Amino acid sequence: MGFKALGLEAYGVENAQDALAVLRKLTRESEDYAIIYIEENLAGELDHEISRYKDSPSPAIILIPGREGSLGLGRNALKAAVERAVGTNILGD
Amino acid sequence: MAGTAVTPTRMVLNQLKGRLKTARRGHKLLKDKRDELMRQFMDVVRQNKVLRLRVEEGLTQAFASLQVASSIMSPEMLEQALLYPRQSVELGMDFRNIMSVNVPLYSFTTKNNDPSEIYPYGFAQTSGELDDALDKLARVFEDMLELAQVEKTMQLLAEEIEKTRRRVNALEYVMIPELEGNIKYISMKLEENENATKVRLLKVKEMVLQDAHNYKQ
Repeated sequence: MGFKALGLEAYGVENAQDALAVLRKLTRESEDYAIIYIEENLAGELDHEISRYKDSPSPAIILIPGREGSLGLGRNALKAAVERAVGTNILGD
Repeated sequence: MAGTAVTPTRMVLNQLKGRLKTARRGHKLLKDKRDELMRQFMDVVRQNKVLRLRVEEGLTQAFASLQVASSIMSPEMLEQALLYPRQSVELGMDFRNIMSVNVPLYSFTTKNNDPSEIYPYGFAQTSGELDDALDKLARVFEDMLELAQVEKTMQLLAEEIEKTRRRVNALEYVMIPELEGNIKYISMKLEENENATKVRLLKVKEMVLQDAHNYKQ
């Protein structure tokens, strides 16, 4: 809700299906969105949809912690990228 | 590996030698590319790690402040206060080229440049905690934008590194050994043919001489 005041477009969703629909709408029907922030607790179930856009330059789908605090999913993305590039996790955590 | 479908002729040998040379050069270039990509990637990863921590911390604090604000104000009031944004953000996207990988470069402009102008409500009916929460959000937002850029860059670089690594390995462990094997096979075959021809010639010469002069060498 607070993001709206900053001039971002915010979409409130009830559940993962809703989120999926909104995400599809934002990514497929328009090319206007360069960055999409998704709360981690929703992102867990949208993994498939999110990873489709990992290799395309736009849009960037970024996980942010929700109200409950960080779930560590965002940091997992970092680990996954490192593993993908190096072949093994060299960060040591 | 050797002797698969190569015809042992001098022409094919020359072709294979040319391909081996190209493969070696490509291998070296790709290896260099991979190393440089890796270096860039590690920089980006480090940045990403720092930013991610900062954003997560900032957002947690901002949400906590918002929570406090919403417990002080009635939900309707809160909703009303935030209903109509005064600020709007224009996001520009550009591309930067890192080792032939196009990574996004975001730039944003806000409609109101005055940071005190972001509050879309009058101060009379809202609590100070809400101001606080919005202020925190606004500050963390810049980091969020940078995080988006860095994270996307990281993902794109990771993809490119993976591809490059595969190519390097394919060249190193498949293409080059195969070419070398084929070249060896052909040169051996050619040598063999040459020997056979030489022996045959000697034999023929002997026979011809015998026929002509009844002469033994």
